[in-house]
Formats: sequence, structure tokens, C-alpha cells
Amino acid sequence: MQPDHHEIELTVNGTHYRRTVESRLLLCDFLRHELGLAGTHVGCEHGVCGACTILLDGDPVRSCLMLAVQANGHTLATVEGLAPAGGELHPLQQAMHAHHGLQCGYCTPGILMTMTAYLTEHPSPSEDEVREALSGNLCRCTGYQNIVDAMMDAAARMREAP
Amino acid sequence: MSTRFFGAPVKRNEDRKLLTGQALFVDDVELPGLLHVAFLRSQVAHARLKHIDISRARKRPGVVAVYIAEDYGAYWQPGPLLVQPPPIPGSTFNPRTQVPLARDKVRYVGEPLAVVVAESRYLAEDALDDIDVELEPLPAVVDMEEALTTASARVHDDLGSNVAAHVHQVKGDYRKAAANAQIILKRRFRYEHGISSPIETRGVVAHWNERGQQMTIWDTTQAPVFIRNGLAAMLGLGERQVRVIAPFVGGGFGPKIMMFYPEEVALPWISMRLNRPVKWIEDRLEHFVATTHERGQIHDAEIAVAADGRILGVKDVFLHDTGAYNPYGLTVPINSQCTLLGPYVIPAYDSTFTAVFTNLPIVTPYRGAGRQHGVFVIERLLDLAARELNIDRAEIRRRNLIPQDAFPYNNEIIFQDFAPLSYDSGNYEPVLAKALDAIGYQRFLTEEQPKVREEGRCVGIGIACYVEGTGIGPYEGAKVQVQANGKVNVATGIGTQGQGHFTSFAQIVADHLGVDPADVDIVTGDTDQFYWGAGTFASRGAVVAGNAVSEASAAVRRKALKLASDAFECAEEDLVLADGKVSIAGIPGKFIRLGELAQRANPMRGAVKPGTEPGLESTQYFGPPSGATANGVHAAIVEIDPLTFELKVLKYVVVHDCGTVINPMILEGQIHGGVAQGIGNAFFEKLAFDDQGQLLNASLADYLLPTALDVPRMELDHTVTPSPLNPLGIKGAGEAGAIPVGAVFAQAIEDALQLTSRKVELLEIPLSPSRLFELTRQEVP
Ligand code: FES
Ligand code: FES
Repeated sequence: MQPDHHEIELTVNGTHYRRTVESRLLLCDFLRHELGLAGTHVGCEHGVCGACTILLDGDPVRSCLMLAVQANGHTLATVEGLAPAGGELHPLQQAMHAHHGLQCGYCTPGILMTMTAYLTEHPSPSEDEVREALSGNLCRCTGYQNIVDAMMDAAARMREAP
Repeated sequence: MSTRFFGAPVKRNEDRKLLTGQALFVDDVELPGLLHVAFLRSQVAHARLKHIDISRARKRPGVVAVYIAEDYGAYWQPGPLLVQPPPIPGSTFNPRTQVPLARDKVRYVGEPLAVVVAESRYLAEDALDDIDVELEPLPAVVDMEEALTTASARVHDDLGSNVAAHVHQVKGDYRKAAANAQIILKRRFRYEHGISSPIETRGVVAHWNERGQQMTIWDTTQAPVFIRNGLAAMLGLGERQVRVIAPFVGGGFGPKIMMFYPEEVALPWISMRLNRPVKWIEDRLEHFVATTHERGQIHDAEIAVAADGRILGVKDVFLHDTGAYNPYGLTVPINSQCTLLGPYVIPAYDSTFTAVFTNLPIVTPYRGAGRQHGVFVIERLLDLAARELNIDRAEIRRRNLIPQDAFPYNNEIIFQDFAPLSYDSGNYEPVLAKALDAIGYQRFLTEEQPKVREEGRCVGIGIACYVEGTGIGPYEGAKVQVQANGKVNVATGIGTQGQGHFTSFAQIVADHLGVDPADVDIVTGDTDQFYWGAGTFASRGAVVAGNAVSEASAAVRRKALKLASDAFECAEEDLVLADGKVSIAGIPGKFIRLGELAQRANPMRGAVKPGTEPGLESTQYFGPPSGATANGVHAAIVEIDPLTFELKVLKYVVVHDCGTVINPMILEGQIHGGVAQGIGNAFFEKLAFDDQGQLLNASLADYLLPTALDVPRMELDHTVTPSPLNPLGIKGAGEAGAIPVGAVFAQAIEDALQLTSRKVELLEIPLSPSRLFELTRQEVP
């Protein structure tokens, strides 16, 4: 079988890319190994753990369940785009640091991407709602309590921010 | 040393990299010319390997090489026995360690048969389909009890049976104790522990530099130094030629310390052969069978109790499933055997276990490492005794606690570190009292429970105690070095998988040297930065490496003060070390920065006094005489739906004592994570095998890990009984959260559903809703 290739164009974290990819290349592999955006992590490759979550036109998606070709023409955001290099952290990142919401940090990029989208749409969630929103992201280290606290705090910080 | 940072909830140094996606994990390593590796794994649990044909795979475009066991030649060797059995008289131990690629027999589903190297992982996996394997199936050995019958097939043909080990340990005289007992209760307990399943799977990148004759290996290991030493020997290289880096590792919990996994053996060898860098990253399906498990034990245990509830003796006979090989020796079943004794005075103990080879993946320690099995047995026995004697569940525990004046308390039997099981220190009653208070034990039983029961709700309470042997030897070391820019660099040989070592070690250094923790850079897990060490396991990182860091920092402090006193021509007592500089007390304007002292410690010209060591640095090692014993109590109030058996945790309390605390924030995180894994263990996590040894739930969609909806908010409290076995007084805490959770929940669910009145006893873990449904419908004779 000859692998079939496609040319795709997309924007990630504000940068425009044009690449030729094999049709079966997963979006997470494309981001990590073709674009060098290794902050997006892969934990299961079957859509359960949420570690690979990125934003596609603003909505959280699991990049292990998409092919790179499906991202053609879309605008993506990954964890690398949350805070400017060397600059101030995003309120969500700050809150995760302040509340010890990460241990090994492997699940963290997926959680940050899932929750930025969630908190933008739900600025004043209850703790139960935050837990529900988080429940698609597995973390094996923290027991979630500190992540939940970080999210409640981040929501408050984001409400206050202009 | 001042304690400005020691004991404070200092925020972590490592967070920024992790939060911004800049931390380096093994799969992030990219090298020019990188090739990718995939393994062909056995689909059957037990079979003779007749023939493997790799000719078609070799021809596939993009495939660079395909190897089977024969290609390894003399490199093909069974792995090392990692832990020798403790010297317990009369023991049997049959070591059979894993092989790098199956040669004449396969012994579990997932055992590697062949390796494909290709230009991409996609192509490598394509080529796996081109390999033809001819197997002659044998009956699979899955059930531990059947495995021990003479009719059973044998996992290892050269052994007369499937017995991997048989160990009998005794304290006191159980027969006599039983003769004096008011009651003797005997039950069969089954405890299943699962797979650690860190969110990052395993991975290895190996890069042989032919010109430099250097091998660099990135590995998700918890024990980089041992990986280096072992691989150097196997590859015929000097240890100086091999550098092993355990970069950021996405959780470990035990199985990442196993060695040598077949993949760890394969990758460096392939890289040398092809003179190209190679990468293998485990996928989640592989992880379920290729990374070690912990799994189950069956205990037939009895307890002899006096009329006042005092334990007179315990007798236990148990089976332990060790899987197809036993490279980790007896660690897990010995932990079960020892930890069963818990915080209680048990004058007579008679414990025998048989470790059994099965055609299932290898069993090695996973967070708790067999301790929860033992804790479950003793805690459930106490519940049964309490009920029989009509004593309150908390009270029967209190009456049996080892009194404060009995420490050090010698349990006489031998522990996993070869030393007699001796508890260094403890004060157990206040821990229990605090936990009862925090959960509102009396109020719940006398007021709340009767009220909610009247509303028809099923609400119950559970409480369980445990001890945890932590911080065992042999040793760790640390090198602390002040650099010319004033920053302090610390290197240790342990690996880190999220435990916050970058911060807790920095706190220790900061206090000694009067610098900010943020100015202390910690390097862990790079064998070129620190040469010696054992690894991160058995809740020992903070205890053993932490003390080495402290001693090295203290030595550097002495050097700094000495240099400064020479420079100022004043007494060391008149000097103050703070804010990154040494100044003369009372004359704040007169100071030397630490960075400058570091430069002076390495003069370019002139003469130094004999015996002077250059550099403002020190390397120190620390090895505790034996492990420090931490203890704790967990308590929970749960509500269960009597129809669906859906469980809601209304309150969860942990009170523990792990000696002095370096960073309470990090410690609490460790406890939270442990409890979460305990909850998974108690309810969902069962590796379900069929009678052919096939794992039926090898995906995260089928093997459920707890989510944010399953793990309740936890209330934590602690007491402090410093360990006398190390200068900092620390005891380990990595596993405490996970250990008693099953025992707590079994008790609380029994209470909630009032199962005693229905003569149903919960004597197993996990207790999933469907299992509870079955159990509560069983008639008990
Ligand atoms: S890697 Fe995509 S959901 Fe787990
Ligand atoms: S912090 Fe390790 S998996 Fe979440």
C-alpha cells in the first residue's frame, strides 16, 4: 500500500503552518513530533484519559482521536500558547501552582486546555460542576482535590480580570 | 540551621516547566535519524514457541531491522534477581526471572517475541502483522489454587511445581494463645490490587554515539543508577560510557522501578547495532500487559481473642500470585506478612505464604506493595471480633494499640530490608483519637445514623488503622555545590516522578545555606550528575536522599563559614549566613556573597593549605540502619444506594504520623493521591482475566481509574513523632494514603447496608457495585 499524503494548512497558537502529512497520522503525533509542540501529552490513545486535549476553534478536543488531516483549515491552541514564553502565567496556571494541583504534571496540559475552555463558558461554576467538567481528564497523582480548588480559584481570578 | 523553609508549604520549583509544556518527558526526546521500535507480543498465555518467520517483515519498505531471541546471541540473558530473599530459615525460593525475548516458551499474554525497527512507529506496527508465529498452546495456569495441584501445567518446566516461594514466620506460640482465647474466628479473604497505570506509560530512547563510544539512555525508570550499571555490564561497556537519564517521569508508583524490562534491554543493543538512535514508547494497551501488576492474594486467617477484646494471636496462611516470573523476590508477600501486624500488640503470630507462578504478567510492588492485603485481613478480623464480643469497633482497636512506652517495638519476624521488623517510634492512641474526633464517630453512631436510617437511607461508617515501614536503606547520596553565580546546585541519584523532590530538597538546602529555595537547582535521575544511588521506592526518597542532602548542605555551610572567617580574619561564631551571603554579625555592610566564596574556593594562583578541597561543595551519603515506621488512621462515612449499590463518600478523614514534615503541601498531595488510588483499588480496579490468561479489560474504557467524581474531598490531620533513625526525623509518606482504604470501605459498606443482620460479610476487594449485588444476594450458611 502506498501511503497517501495530503497537504494541510492550520494555525496553532497563532502561528501558521503548512505541512504534508500521511492521511493516517494522528493529530497528537503531528503536533508533538512534526511541529515540536510536545507539551500536549498522550496517555491512552483511545480517548479516555484527556491528556491530549487541545482546543480546536476554541473547543476542547482529544487530539488522539483526530487525524492531522482533519485539522486542515482550523485554528488550534495547545498548552504552549497559554502563557507567553518567560511571561506571566495564565490565571489557570497560576492557580494550579498556588494550590499544588499537579504532581508529575503529565495530565496537566490536558486539564489546563479542558478547563480554560470550560471556565470561559462557565465563569461561576459550583464545585460539583467543576468536578463534572474535570471528570473526562484522568490524573493518577493528585486525587483531584487540589485541582478542583485551583479551578475554583482560577474562576474567581478570571472573573476579576478585565 | 534555621528552619525558615523546612516545614513550610513552599510552592514547587518544578511547576512552571510542567505548566507551560516545557518539561522534558522521554517521548519528547527527538534526535536526528531517530528510528522507532515496536514489539510483537504473545497473544496466548502459555505455549511452546515452534517457529517465528520474520522474512516478510524485513522486506517491508521503511523497516530497518527485525530481531528475535536468536539474534541476541550471548546478549540473551534472563534478567537479574533484583531483591534477594531475606534470610528466613526454612524458606523455599525458586527464582525465575524474565527473559528479554521469548525463546522456546511464552509464559504470559504480552511477553515480547520479536522487535521491529522502522523509520516510524506506524511502519513498525505495520510490520508486526508480517511476522508469522507458530505456537503450540499449553494449558494456561491462571488460578492460584489449581496451579498448586499435581494436575496443573507448569509455568517453568524445570521446576517440580508452580511454587515460587514458601515462607513461614513465627512470633510467640499461636497454639498456646488459641488455647486461652475466648473466641477464635476464621475466614477466607481475597484481596486484589491492580495496575499502577501512571498517565505516562513507559518509554525508552537509546542513543549510541559510535565516535564518542558513549551510550545515552532516556528511560522512565525510578532507578537510573541501577539501570546504568546493569546495562553497562550487559553491553560490555564501562559504567562511565553509559549515561542514563530519567527526565520528568509521568508517575511511577512502583512498576517503573522494575528492571530490566525487555524493552530496556532491547533498545540500547539495537542502537549499538544500527548506530542510530531508537525510541520505544509503550502504548496503553501494551501497558496493561507489558508493565508489571500487583494483583491478588488469598488469605485463610484466624484470630484468637480474649473476652476483653485483646488479641492473643493471629494465624494466617496465604497464597500470593507472582505471575510468570519473580524478579522482585519476596518483597510483596513479605510486606503483606509483616504489615498485617499493624499498630497492634499481637503476642503470637504464625504466618505462612506460598508464592505461586501463573501464566499472567509479572507481579512487582505497586504503591502499598502488598501492605494493603495484610491490613485488610487484620482490620476485618478485628471487625468480626468486635461484633462477636459486642465491643465497639474503634474501642477494640484502641485496646490493642502498642502503648507509647513500648517503642522501639520489636515484632521479631524479618522484614523486606532483612532486618527484624522493629517499629522505631510512634504514639498511636492520639492518632486514633484525632481521627474519631474528626469523623465525629460517636455522634454519627448515636445521633446521625439512627436519624438517616429512619429516612430509609443506607449510611455507614468505617475506621481502620495501619502502619507503614518506610525509608529503608541501603543508602542515597547528594552533592551540593555553590556556583559562582550564587545559585546552589544539588544532584542526587534517585529519580523523581512527581513527589516534589525539586522543592523539598531545595528547602533543606535553603535553610542550611541561607538562600531562597528558588535559587536551588535540583538534578535527579541523571547518572552523569550523580554517580551512586538506589532509587525511588518504598517511600524512601525524602527520608534517605533528604538526609543526604541535609548532611551535604551542612558540610558546605561549614566550608563557607571557614572561608569567610579566613577572609574577614574573624571567628566563625561572629558570622551570619543569610540572603545568599556571609556577613559579620552587627556589621551588615561587611559581607561576601556565596558565589564569590565559591570562586575563592577554586583559586587560580597561589598556594592552598594541605588538605583543602577545592570548590564550595560537598558530597555526602546517608544510610539508615533500618526503616522508619509511619502510622495512621483513615475513617469514612459513606452512603450507598441499596438498589444500584452506587456509593457516595460523605466524609473522608486521614490522620497520620510520618515524623517531621519537610513540606506539608507536598505531603498532603501524596496522601490525596494515595487515597484516590486506594479508592480505585477498593471499588473498580480489578484486572479481569479469563481462564486462558487473557486480560479482558485492557483499556482505560474498561479498567476504570477514579475520576474527579469518584474521589471525595479529604480532611487531613497529623501528629509528629520524629524518627530517631535519621537526623531529620522524617518517615516516608508515599504509600500511606493507599493502604487502608479497602478495609475502611468494606467496614463502612457493611455498616451502611446492615449486612451483619443479613449474615453477609464483605471479605474481599474490590467491591464494585456488581460484586456487591452478587454478594448481598448470596446466602451465607
Ligand atoms: S491520549 Fe487522548 S484521551 Fe488519552
Ligand atoms: S499530576 Fe500526575 S497524572 Fe496528574
